[in-house]
Amino acid sequence: MYKILSAEKLNSVIYKMVVEAPRAAEHCQPGQFIIVRADEYGERIPLTICDYDRAAGTITIVFQPIGNSTKRLAEFKAGDSFMDFVGPLGKPSDLVSTPIEELKKRHMVFIAGGVGTAPVYCQVKWLHEHGITADVIIGCKTHDILIMEDEFKKVSNLYVTTDDGSYQRKGMVTQCLQDLIEKEGRHYDWCVAIGPMIMMKFVCKMTKEYGIHTVVSMNPIMVDGTGMCGACRLIVGDQVKFA
Amino acid sequence: MAIEVDMMKKVPVREQDPKVRATNFDEVCLGYNAEEAQAESTRCLNCKNPKCVAGCPVRINIPAFIQKIKGGDFRGAYETISESSSLPAVCGRVCPQETQCEGKCIRGIKGEAVSIGKLERFAADWAKENGVKPQPAAQKNGHKVAVIGAGPSGLTCAGDLAKMGYDVTIFEALHKAGGVLAYGIPEFRLPKDRVVQKEIENVQGLGVKIQTDVVIGKSVTVDELMEKEGYEAVFIGSGAGLPRFMNIPGETALGVFSANEYLTRNNLMKAYRDDYYTPIHRGKKVVVVGGGNVAMDAARTALRLGAEVHIVYRRSEAELPARREEVHHAKEEGIIFDLLTNPVEILEDEQTGWVKGVRLIRMELGEPDASGRRRPVEIPGSEYVMDCDTVIMALGTSPNPLISSTTDGLEVNKKNCILANEETGKTTKEGVFAGGDAVTGAATVILAMGAGKDAAKSIDEYIRSKNS
Repeated sequence: MYKILSAEKLNSVIYKMVVEAPRAAEHCQPGQFIIVRADEYGERIPLTICDYDRAAGTITIVFQPIGNSTKRLAEFKAGDSFMDFVGPLGKPSDLVSTPIEELKKRHMVFIAGGVGTAPVYCQVKWLHEHGITADVIIGCKTHDILIMEDEFKKVSNLYVTTDDGSYQRKGMVTQCLQDLIEKEGRHYDWCVAIGPMIMMKFVCKMTKEYGIHTVVSMNPIMVDGTGMCGACRLIVGDQVKFA
Repeated sequence: MAIEVDMMKKVPVREQDPKVRATNFDEVCLGYNAEEAQAESTRCLNCKNPKCVAGCPVRINIPAFIQKIKGGDFRGAYETISESSSLPAVCGRVCPQETQCEGKCIRGIKGEAVSIGKLERFAADWAKENGVKPQPAAQKNGHKVAVIGAGPSGLTCAGDLAKMGYDVTIFEALHKAGGVLAYGIPEFRLPKDRVVQKEIENVQGLGVKIQTDVVIGKSVTVDELMEKEGYEAVFIGSGAGLPRFMNIPGETALGVFSANEYLTRNNLMKAYRDDYYTPIHRGKKVVVVGGGNVAMDAARTALRLGAEVHIVYRRSEAELPARREEVHHAKEEGIIFDLLTNPVEILEDEQTGWVKGVRLIRMELGEPDASGRRRPVEIPGSEYVMDCDTVIMALGTSPNPLISSTTDGLEVNKKNCILANEETGKTTKEGVFAGGDAVTGAATVILAMGAGKDAAKSIDEYIRSKNS
């Protein structure tokens, strides 16, 4: 069993939990995920790691209940335990295997939308710990669903844009990116976009025009999370890959 | 009423009616009762030079246990089997007996072989029902051994080492122990709570600890287990978990599954039950590609979920690699076999992204290939389309490179199979042993058990020599 040390609601739909999982916390890297199973009847749910504390042996997860199993997860409170919590799974972000000197030469922008904001935090925090402060654009529909603003401010240059203009900038993340490049003199050669599929699609369209190398995060259906079932296969370029 | 035995024929085993069982997940074969088992045991010739024993990968003393059943000493029969096998209730159900013990049976030359598998199952089930369990070691020796994977080879290796007094911990990546017994083989062939779970509890009863949710190579590495956690030796029995696909167009369409995914959802995650959350796609018309046991399991699962099921296999019936009993059961239940046929393309509905059919081509058998089987050759111009809404690929699996790629000095061949000595399980890394599908590629439960057994013996020798 894996004890939940804290559980809070970040906005009306997104939950954050800190879970005791020493083996996963000792080995995880930004970009990796865990699989959680609430109880005997639950699905195995893959969630990208939002934060970790190696000393405390904890992993932070952020999720938005949509299906039955994630709704069940949201019912858990601090002090409860998940039946299963396994990881770290998947490949770490390429940041981890790139020499720091090379990373310092990169001009990186991270673009986050919705619950995808959480996995971006893990990468940006890691960079900050290694002496690099990246630009981050968080897009959300309205101000009240913005999450993790304070955390991001500590580790990045944060730009927030809301669809309705209820907080800071107005418009989509692509508008913000365009403004930063065209009007505010920012220059980028590397972009990491994590969020809804449609957001990532339009970010890619724009970064392709600007010639910015872009990395997106795919979250296909999974069962085991180790490569055993092949449900996570998708086509990148013309090749079938396993996420 | 005494059972009349025809010495040329097996005492028939009771099975669920095909029409009934096609709609449930209960075990198909009901097994022998005591009377039937004793009747069947009279057919054994108790050969002086028992060929059946030579045909058994773990060398169970078959005539001895059958004679004990004959004499009504069921406990003795179980104990005889237990000297060689740690999972008899499993092997009695899933071993390919027709190519092993029963294939060598002298009775089988003129008539039908003795039903060794069913007798083994009877003895093992009797022991479970009567609370007979293997006995733990009297004394612990204090040496720690790690076993990776709680499947057939890992459970066997761990059980044998525990009996010798070792302090054994099994690390399992999934949330449940059992490996392929838990995720792969369906309930209707191998009941999970009644059989698999009980066998695992027996292994735990020997003092073996099982840590689930630990992915070796990710959560912790083999090197860390040895250097930081004090394990003197490691046995890798991580199986062959990576599914193979055909690499034909349309394979990423919705409704195309690997058999591993389809079976894992159903067996491990219990998707067929309403009280479990994991969903499964209940197709109307399902095409299963492949001819092995896994293909039969996937097909019969889909049938039980309400589908019309076609098995598409590129060779002919004689070459089907599945156990004969599985093919027979599948046919009885109404699975349709499209033999000498192979998919060339999966057709996808452009609007929905779902599978709408497969383009198939007819095959004929040519010259024998490297495997000794006649090579299937496409017949030009014979393509046709079969409509379907689900395709399940059951083409075999290969070992997952997760462990080998994260362990210094552990060598693999080009199929990612770990290089290990066939008799001792020794790998290229000191203190690390391996066996089962992780070494051989996908094979059988009993071969994996045999490898686990051999490795336990050489791990014992290794630790003794190191400490002497």
